[in-house]
Amino acid sequence: MKRSYFWLAIGSVACLASLAAVALVLNFDVADNRSVPVGKKFVLPELPYAYDALEPYIDKETMKIHHSKHHQAYVGNLNAVLKDHPELSGLSLEYLLTHLEQVPQDIRTVVADNAGGHYNHSFFWQILGPAKFSRLGGSIKQEINKAFGSFEKFKQEFGLTAKKVFGSGWAWLCFDPANKKLVITSTKDQDSPISIGLVPVLGLDVWEHAYYLKYQNRRIDYINSWWHVINWERVQVNYDNAIKAR
Amino acid sequence: MFKLPELPYAYDALEPYIDKETMELHHNKHHQAYVNNLNAALEKHPEFQGMKLDELLLDLSKLPEDIRTAVRNNGGGHKNHSMFWQIMAKSGGGKPDGKLLQEIVSVWGSFEEFKKEFSIAAKKVFGSGWAWLSLDKSGKPVILSTANQDNPISIGQEPIFGLDVWEHAYYLKYQNKRVDYIDAWWHVVNWSYIQELFDKKF
Repeated sequence: MKRSYFWLAIGSVACLASLAAVALVLNFDVADNRSVPVGKKFVLPELPYAYDALEPYIDKETMKIHHSKHHQAYVGNLNAVLKDHPELSGLSLEYLLTHLEQVPQDIRTVVADNAGGHYNHSFFWQILGPAKFSRLGGSIKQEINKAFGSFEKFKQEFGLTAKKVFGSGWAWLCFDPANKKLVITSTKDQDSPISIGLVPVLGLDVWEHAYYLKYQNRRIDYINSWWHVINWERVQVNYDNAIKAR
Repeated sequence: MFKLPELPYAYDALEPYIDKETMELHHNKHHQAYVNNLNAALEKHPEFQGMKLDELLLDLSKLPEDIRTAVRNNGGGHKNHSMFWQIMAKSGGGKPDGKLLQEIVSVWGSFEEFKKEFSIAAKKVFGSGWAWLSLDKSGKPVILSTANQDNPISIGQEPIFGLDVWEHAYYLKYQNKRVDYIDAWWHVVNWSYIQELFDKKF
């Protein structure tokens, strides 16, 4: 084979492989599409790593209970409440959370709580990853510096927001499409930023179940540890998707 | 200055229903933090420093805006937990009698039915909060739940007793199994204290 064709072939395979990888990474049952097959139930996504992969920062037992009990319960409760409402069948998680007014009043809170829980946790598992692969770079690093002055200032502000959540909730770094900027915000309980028009790029669960076994009341220690296990490549993907016009 | 009250028993007194480590963290760290944060908030407005806890929480709108949330959350946390330690005891469990039992039966038909309804309310709290038996504005016993550290007096009710279902109250021993925690908690409910207070107040 001619040398140039050889390299062309290699290059094409590499391109296709990386596209496939991105598609795989995006496919965690939180469809960007408006709909899912009618009658399809929501499913607990598999973690992209083992339960002990985030040790010593997030302990194995917490990951196991958090995923297989708490997240599973949100999925189960969501399927159970939607079972008697065929008119809502075929709607994606994202559609439900951005059109809650279309959900019958008598089930709206249960749907919001459990769809939010399912969405938020599916998102969370993806932005976490083993510490040895956690490396900040790319345009997201520059965008954070631009938006907050420096990465240290961002870390400080995000940490403060996460610390200040009273009761159960989440801290988020979101892209605000209305103002075209990155913002730090928090939501209570399982409220999702997409329900208020923001696009999450990075998120931190500060419900006590996310950290109590290892950190007890010391939420600050949990927050400090969490910085070590962020999958910045995924965060970059979230940001790149967010800035594309919707 | 508000102070952390001492527990009426040792940290391991409620074993095996509520574990020693949880009691220690819950009292010494969580409740202590509410007390500290409440005092810190009131330092910004010394004119409110002499007030009783119930006075502060009765009408939250009377509090200055810059400390309202902090007092609601931390004052509520201090009041709720101070009550919580008192309504539990090693010798707890069983059921009430006297006037309190009569009131419960008049609304729910039986103590067992009340226990079932209360447990459901406690189970259903989404996120952090409390389940309560309280008297509503007309003096009728009701079961209600509040979010975070909100106390029934802030909505014009009179709390009789409450159950903490924040995850910190049970996670070390029960993890996600809140129902098991609720079932265990009934074994340490100090009915004689609750009744004495009820007879005195109502």
